[in-house]
Amino acid sequence: MKKPILASLALIILAGGAWAADDDKAIQALVDQYISTGYQQGEKQHSERLKQDETLKTCSETRNKPSDDQAKTIMEREKATIKYPEGNKMLGNWEKGKEVFNTGFGMRVGVIAPDKADKPRGGNCYACHTADPKEVAAGNIGNSLTGYIKVRGNSEEVVKYTYEKIFNSQSYVACSNMPRFGHNGVLSPEQIADLVAFLVDPASPVNK
Amino acid sequence: MKKLLLPGLLMSSLALTAVYAAEEPNADAYREMTYGDRDANPALLVVDRGEELFKEKRGPKNVSMEECDFGLGKGVVKGVYAELPRYFQDTDRVQDLESRMITCMTTIQGFDEAELKKKTYANEKSNEDNTDLEAIAVYIASQSDGMKINPPTAHPKEQEIIKVGEALFYHRTGPLDFSCASCHGADKKRIRLQNLGNFSKAGHDAQKAIGGWPTYRVSHAAVRTMQHRIWDCEGQMRLPDTEYGAPLSVALIAYLTAQAKDGAYVLPGMSR
Amino acid sequence: MASVKLKAKALEGGLVEVKALMTHPMETGLRKDSAGELVPAHYITEVVVTANDKEVLKTNWGGSVSKNPYLAFNYKGAVGDKVKLTWKDNKDATDSAELTVE
Repeated sequence: MKKPILASLALIILAGGAWAADDDKAIQALVDQYISTGYQQGEKQHSERLKQDETLKTCSETRNKPSDDQAKTIMEREKATIKYPEGNKMLGNWEKGKEVFNTGFGMRVGVIAPDKADKPRGGNCYACHTADPKEVAAGNIGNSLTGYIKVRGNSEEVVKYTYEKIFNSQSYVACSNMPRFGHNGVLSPEQIADLVAFLVDPASPVNK
Repeated sequence: MKKLLLPGLLMSSLALTAVYAAEEPNADAYREMTYGDRDANPALLVVDRGEELFKEKRGPKNVSMEECDFGLGKGVVKGVYAELPRYFQDTDRVQDLESRMITCMTTIQGFDEAELKKKTYANEKSNEDNTDLEAIAVYIASQSDGMKINPPTAHPKEQEIIKVGEALFYHRTGPLDFSCASCHGADKKRIRLQNLGNFSKAGHDAQKAIGGWPTYRVSHAAVRTMQHRIWDCEGQMRLPDTEYGAPLSVALIAYLTAQAKDGAYVLPGMSR
Repeated sequence: MASVKLKAKALEGGLVEVKALMTHPMETGLRKDSAGELVPAHYITEVVVTANDKEVLKTNWGGSVSKNPYLAFNYKGAVGDKVKLTWKDNKDATDSAELTVE
């Protein structure tokens, strides 16, 4: 007598699972629908920004907790997108890098404050990372970068890692919170090389 | 000797932790000093203006907004905000305060929807006064001051929109790859010196944020509503302007309000 | 619509607490509009508060005071006082509010 009960229980569980998957699909369909109607239209609005790539799709669906396989796929795919500066010069000028680190301007669209075309963009890095210990208003979403070379050294590998991490954060950490600054065209390879110098140059305030 | 030293060391490291925590940079003391007195809130002036606009016979049909049902019956204002967003049978959808206002102002007062949505928020860069929509919204919301945050969740569409809002909260897009969770997904985070609530879990942070909104933002010298809050966040994520009262913003507001359930409304709020 | 929100209540020790919010743009004269033109100064220059027609506070303001300003102070007084607040601005506009202390 026990067996039939167990079997019917298993059936109920299976049916429940199928229902949950259908439910997820219905919610996802509404998410897509709400996004398509939720923003204003027009050339100033750049609605192409609402299109997710495969990586962000996985990160959204898994709430930034991809499986090991998904993480591997993401990191491989993102690593392949990295472009390097002229002559592979990944170490730029730290003083310029400091500007990029502290400038929050860029990528605005819409009716109120679209970008002025001639103003250089910044990375707004200090909004999330402490680096120069004199900057008291730094945020804490990202880890502290103060004393960068004391922790990591400033070998060629560290320079390359730092460049790649800023160009495409997800080449090292799948679904990282950090924007893919180079990949998304927010910062140029040269600006990223300047940021690398701000972090690894012994003369930079980050390492003083 | 070693055994004796250990507790001493432990004690001092604990004391150090306490000092460090106290010195985490924040502007709380300044804010308490500035916004501690509820009578000092200039939103009270806007509430008065909103009340006049609400009661005045307006629009092509020359009708007052007292003809509107915000969920607790026609003409009821007290406590309605505490139970929004909710499902409305006449529109067959879940609405927040502001999308419901648009419904009433178009169907009952006869205003043109596109015309109403042309100017939803005062532009603080031009030192503008609050729009009529902002004034009416803060008046209605203030009539739930002191009440419990209590959005209904019995209707299937209410349950559904909260789930959609939650999925939208984690939806990453745009040139910075952000979702709401990028900033509001962990405890005790800051952008620069601005504390960020963790809205990925129900309770304190969501209650504090939702419970104090609409708020007089001192940096804008204007009252700001939840529709504005969502629009502003989306803009900071470098996404297009959100459509006022559209299901996208209502879903996010429904999710956040559900996370804030059982908190208290202290309205109008006052903040940076 | 009244531009002033006035409150007053008797405290212990023979004091009356007055609190007032005033609707005013308080333009500094230094701000530029979107076309780059200076926006003319427009701010409250004087606030006078009387109790039973006797002046209890007079203050001179300028462009450094915030939009929709708030003013709070105590004076020696009692229940029944007629409190009146009047502001004047640099464009000669004026408004006032009054109440009886309860």
